[in-house]
Amino acid sequence: MADQVPATSGDAPPADTPPEPAALPELDTGLRSKLESGLGDAVKVASATPGRIHIDVNSKDVVRVAEFVRDELGFDHAESVTGVDRPADSEIEVVYHLGSYTRPELGGYVMAISTRAPRQDNPDPGNDSTRLPTLREVFYSVEFHEREAFEMLGVYFDGHPDNRRLLLPEDWADLPPMRKDFAIKGR
Amino acid sequence: MRMSNIAKQIAPGLALQKVDERIMTLNVGPQHPGSGHMRIIVQIDGDKIVACDPDPGYVHRGEEKMAEYRNYIQNIPHLERPVIHDSCNILYPYCLATEEILHIEVPERAKYVRVIAAELNRCVYTLYWLAIYGIFLGHSTMFMWPTGDRELLIDLLEKMTGARVTHAYFVPGGVRNDLPANFEDVCLRQVDYFEKRIRAYADIFYDNPILISRTRDAGTLSRQDAVRLGTTGSVLRASGVDYDIRKKEPYDCYDSLDFETSVLKSGDAYARSKVPWLDMLESCRIIRDALSKMPQSGSVRVKLKPNPKGDEMTSYKRVESGRGTLGCYVVSDGKPEPYRVKMSVGSFRNLISLPYLLKGEKLGNMPAVYWSLNYWPVEADR
Repeated sequence: MADQVPATSGDAPPADTPPEPAALPELDTGLRSKLESGLGDAVKVASATPGRIHIDVNSKDVVRVAEFVRDELGFDHAESVTGVDRPADSEIEVVYHLGSYTRPELGGYVMAISTRAPRQDNPDPGNDSTRLPTLREVFYSVEFHEREAFEMLGVYFDGHPDNRRLLLPEDWADLPPMRKDFAIKGR
Repeated sequence: MRMSNIAKQIAPGLALQKVDERIMTLNVGPQHPGSGHMRIIVQIDGDKIVACDPDPGYVHRGEEKMAEYRNYIQNIPHLERPVIHDSCNILYPYCLATEEILHIEVPERAKYVRVIAAELNRCVYTLYWLAIYGIFLGHSTMFMWPTGDRELLIDLLEKMTGARVTHAYFVPGGVRNDLPANFEDVCLRQVDYFEKRIRAYADIFYDNPILISRTRDAGTLSRQDAVRLGTTGSVLRASGVDYDIRKKEPYDCYDSLDFETSVLKSGDAYARSKVPWLDMLESCRIIRDALSKMPQSGSVRVKLKPNPKGDEMTSYKRVESGRGTLGCYVVSDGKPEPYRVKMSVGSFRNLISLPYLLKGEKLGNMPAVYWSLNYWPVEADR
């Protein structure tokens, strides 16, 4: 009895089983079917929750998919570009979160386009094979975000007009710091 | 071995450029008070700016990296550091994303308490920014008044959270502690007085012909460019785009509250300086409405298991902070620590518009345009 948690409202610890996913609103399923009919095998919908749709795209298709998302679906700007190091897969994932200002009905929606670049254990940022095509020609707003992803993870964006450092010190001569093998001292 | 590989690749912070004799390159900052904690490299022809290259990063603290080494609860106090004046709003999306990953339902009363704290914090931040904006335009009354009026709300937040700044008040599952006794009455009284105070700013600042002549038509950002550059918050709404996360994607209890978004059309520095002030007036309305609709009793926090683990999933949550949309992308791999935390902050997103706005401006008008971006260098660097 001692290990039983009193079931008072609000104070119960969260259940171990995740709740059933809510039914998707009309717009989410509409976006999904448009993506699948317009692009076919180029996109794989990884997850779709209310207001969010996350697609996985091969790096050779990412510019085409981004143009489709901009022109046909109405997403017009990038909110963030996240680099995620995946050493277990020997890849670096780059996730673009896109939103829309011009289509009011898409105001509460975020499309995440995820693509992956090969990862080098011995990185040489800018010269090795860790590179992706830039989306700056499609979404102008990714300019600074891609610069940040380049310095923090060493992903070179082919075609980006300004692949310079942004936040890191000019004399930084270590691994790109957001890689998992760059460890914080003492941790 | 791999270190030397990278050392060859050191990129210069600023590429050397060949310029003709008329053009002078000038470093504004990072020690210059008018630039905040960043460097703005401007090229000037006479006193006209022909090019500008923002160079942030002087206060980069690796918040995102630190978040990968601490568990979901330990991350709270350090993730609010980038904007200590708006610490509730910067923690807000992290808490929302963590709650999705840990499958936590927040109690009803906590939602209202959070909204009140977030709106109070928005005003505290905006007044700090407004004070700086005032002093850099040479309007020292506009420095003194907001600095003084901030104290009204800081006192309220101190009653709620126990700290004047860096509240660490929001936690996954609610807020850290309940409101003190009699808080509602004190809050209503302070907010009423506060609203009366900030309405007076119109007389000394916003209707002041000197401010208007200085900022009207300075650094104009068109609606198309505001969208194309992906700007957010007051910069976006000053250019005529009606976009506020509190309306577009209401979180917690914003869908039950009565408020308007503030949109101006002209897109110049004057409009950008006015939108946050209009937002503060709406915040007063939101606080009063939330106080009247808040459940009078009930829990404000869900008890978490020690060292909670989430599923293998991702979550991207957004809130409207004092500087615009604040997004937090959390990747969980089923461990007690998040695999990756990315903060998409309004300041960083608005920075890209600076070179466009300063081009063609007089150098002396740089602070008027730069500070109108509602830019917080520490937040941009994270």
